[in-house]
Amino acid sequence: MFRVTRRYQFAASHRLHSPELSAEENRRVYGKCNNPYGHGHNYVVDVTARGPLDALTGRAVDPALLDELVARHVLRSFDHRNLNEDVNSFERAVPTSENLAVEICRRLKENWASVFPGEWPRLEKVRIAETPRNIFDMYADEIQ
Amino acid sequence: MLITRKVEFSASHVCRNPRLSDEENRRLYGLAANPHGHNYVVEVSLEGRPDPVTGMVLDLKELKEILNREVVTPYDHRFLNYEVSPFDQIIPTAENIASDIWRRLQPHFDGAQGRLHSVRVYETPELYVDYFGEEPCSA
Repeated sequence: MFRVTRRYQFAASHRLHSPELSAEENRRVYGKCNNPYGHGHNYVVDVTARGPLDALTGRAVDPALLDELVARHVLRSFDHRNLNEDVNSFERAVPTSENLAVEICRRLKENWASVFPGEWPRLEKVRIAETPRNIFDMYADEIQ
Repeated sequence: MLITRKVEFSASHVCRNPRLSDEENRRLYGLAANPHGHNYVVEVSLEGRPDPVTGMVLDLKELKEILNREVVTPYDHRFLNYEVSPFDQIIPTAENIASDIWRRLQPHFDGAQGRLHSVRVYETPELYVDYFGEEPCSA
């Protein structure tokens, strides 16, 4: 069994603001991440898949297929976008990196079979680094 | 507790299955079907408890020497397919390199010192493989 991890990057802006909190509470909870015009990050996304070796190719995961999946369902929607305004799921959910990790993991899991129709490989984990110091891991098994 | 030592080597390889046509190989491996090279980075982790006297699981200097002898010396500045066994028989994908490194290191860590936990092989900074030895392919 092997775990194969591929790294991707996208740049996006966001603002952390919960409609369920008052203006003052939002400022208190989110600090400068609540500044009214938003701000941006160079997000780094590590996608890990696991599986046994394919006897024909000597690989567990075809990175070209993973690239295609991530480009189509993640990068195309998120890169050089405003997450609050351009991504449907963040009309309600606050685009924290936790929610972003859940959303990316959900999109990959939902569309996994379109490029990996067999039993293996399986999606294991999505890691998001919002900055080099803030890192968030979401395991595919945690997605309902 | 895990302890990890990192080593690097540079090598060339080609991903090509001789049982398949050129066209099939091109479809499966893309650009990797052309001979090319990488600066590989290998991280080897051992699992164990610190020795009560030395405070170390294993002297990392010793691990470094084993890695140099078993991995860097045979792999560095070589064309893996032509010069490094078993890659005359199996395709030198990052997966197969990780399991070959595991096989080379395993005999050194059978005793009381740290148990071999994992081998991570970076083919590029954007693509790496982790191998934990044989484990069943269950969910």
